[in-house]
Amino acid sequence: MLIDPHAHMISRTTDDYQAMAAAGVVALIEPAFWVGQPRTFVGTYVDYLSTIVGWERFRAGQFGIRHYCTIGLNSKEANNEELAEGVMEWLPRFALKEGVVAIGEIGYDEQTELEDKYFRLQLSLAKELDLPVMVHTPHRDKKQGTTRSMDVCEEMGLDPSMVIIDHNNEETVGEVLQRGYWAGFSIYPSTKMGNARMVELLKQYGSERIIVDSACDWGISDCLGVAKTAQLALQSGVPESTVRAVCYGNALAAYGQSGQMKESDWLEPPAIDQRTLYEGNSILRGGREPVIEEPGAQRRAGLTIE
Amino acid sequence: MTDPKDLLYGWIRERAGDERPWLDAQLAQLAAPDATERDLHMYLGFAPRRLGKADLALTPDDLAQADAARSGWDPSGWSIDGAARILGLLTYSGTRPFAETFKDLRRTSDAAEMIALYRGLPLYPAPESLHFEVGEGLRSNLKPVFEAIAHNNPYPRDHFDEHRWNHMVLKALFIGAELGPITGLAARANPELARILVQYARERWAAGRPVMPELWPLVAPFAETPEIRAELDRARAEGRTFEDLVS
Ligand SMILES: [Zn+2]
Repeated sequence: MLIDPHAHMISRTTDDYQAMAAAGVVALIEPAFWVGQPRTFVGTYVDYLSTIVGWERFRAGQFGIRHYCTIGLNSKEANNEELAEGVMEWLPRFALKEGVVAIGEIGYDEQTELEDKYFRLQLSLAKELDLPVMVHTPHRDKKQGTTRSMDVCEEMGLDPSMVIIDHNNEETVGEVLQRGYWAGFSIYPSTKMGNARMVELLKQYGSERIIVDSACDWGISDCLGVAKTAQLALQSGVPESTVRAVCYGNALAAYGQSGQMKESDWLEPPAIDQRTLYEGNSILRGGREPVIEEPGAQRRAGLTIE
Repeated sequence: MTDPKDLLYGWIRERAGDERPWLDAQLAQLAAPDATERDLHMYLGFAPRRLGKADLALTPDDLAQADAARSGWDPSGWSIDGAARILGLLTYSGTRPFAETFKDLRRTSDAAEMIALYRGLPLYPAPESLHFEVGEGLRSNLKPVFEAIAHNNPYPRDHFDEHRWNHMVLKALFIGAELGPITGLAARANPELARILVQYARERWAAGRPVMPELWPLVAPFAETPEIRAELDRARAEGRTFEDLVS
């Protein structure tokens, strides 16, 4: 069983859900983030948040994957003050929705003053609601941005055990772990972290507080990032217990602190309202019958012409 | 006659355990003249976290009381958090018209919340003002949301015009929702629906797919309508078997 604790499924297809389920992903977390183009009205942001707490959660369930999300104003759009002010008013409502496991992904992009302001406001919201935080560390000037993110978390009185610092690399991981935070790694081809580099890091640092995710989104990315890393790690002699921790257990422990994510969610899906959520076939267009695959079954190769 | 609000409160209170003081404090705050929409949002967000999501598991006696309080109201299968959300909404003394508050909540709700909002339809004030909202719910891609309106809910029976009613029944067939739990199904059968259903059966046959037998009892009362008779005769000539269901 695998968890992908950072996947922007709103920009992925149903093929990806099928591939992830077949590869053993039982649960994933969709962090609220940039959709590739800046939103210009608060209403479009509100509908986006509604989608990731509602429809996307349902859609994932149709493929046997439990879907969670994090709620936040992302760092890039924090620079649009009018939008940011509007979004901040809506966040408290969304942060208490079912399956919201953290405030995130928040943090810095260009490390501007506005980014700093809204990062801090959201950290205090997380504290008020007793939710974990998922921090997006910047692509540019990453090392300083990562240190600064942690400094601000501490200034705001957050407990490092409630904070996941994501998109780490060889340069940042030492300090993150040493200061007591969870360290996320996005297996994102070419720009963030590759499988082979990740395996070397596991050999060096072991499993404690390390979390692997795919960060798959609308860019060139791989929704099987977690599964492939797990496989490569096992082939490279990393102990199975380490692989299980970094590709499943640690994400559950970190985000489970929200009280919104439990192993029983996928081992024994709840029976009341949820029952129908996981069974319907409304996604299968044109009256197709739902396909029920055994867990782990391989997808048939080739094309089927009907 | 008992107020549905009192029934809901009794059922939830009995099951609230240690959270009873929290529930009472929240309801008192929502009923207060200075209650804000933020109070309502927080209550709705915390309800499942504090009270859990178990089934209310109502007794036949409870269900009879519900039906007596509001004809057709059938809360079997409701969960504690869902019931508590509806109670909160009924208790909140806002200044805006109910339909505006409802719209605002519906637009930002998660699936369980939306199911609860729509299950409460028989209990809300000014039911006619909710037509647009109900239409949005029926158009939802979430099957359980559709079913929250269509199943065990007297609102469609009492407030839908024929066009909306017929399309709800047809959509139920399309998405594989059962027809049986639709309140007032037999009472609101009509010739236009029968015509639509026969056409639908023909489409299914053409695609080589089975026709659900559930639709024939809705066609049967109108089998002698000329247009429907002609379609049925044509189907019989093609060797279709529906005779047992439409005499
Ligand atoms: Zn992301």
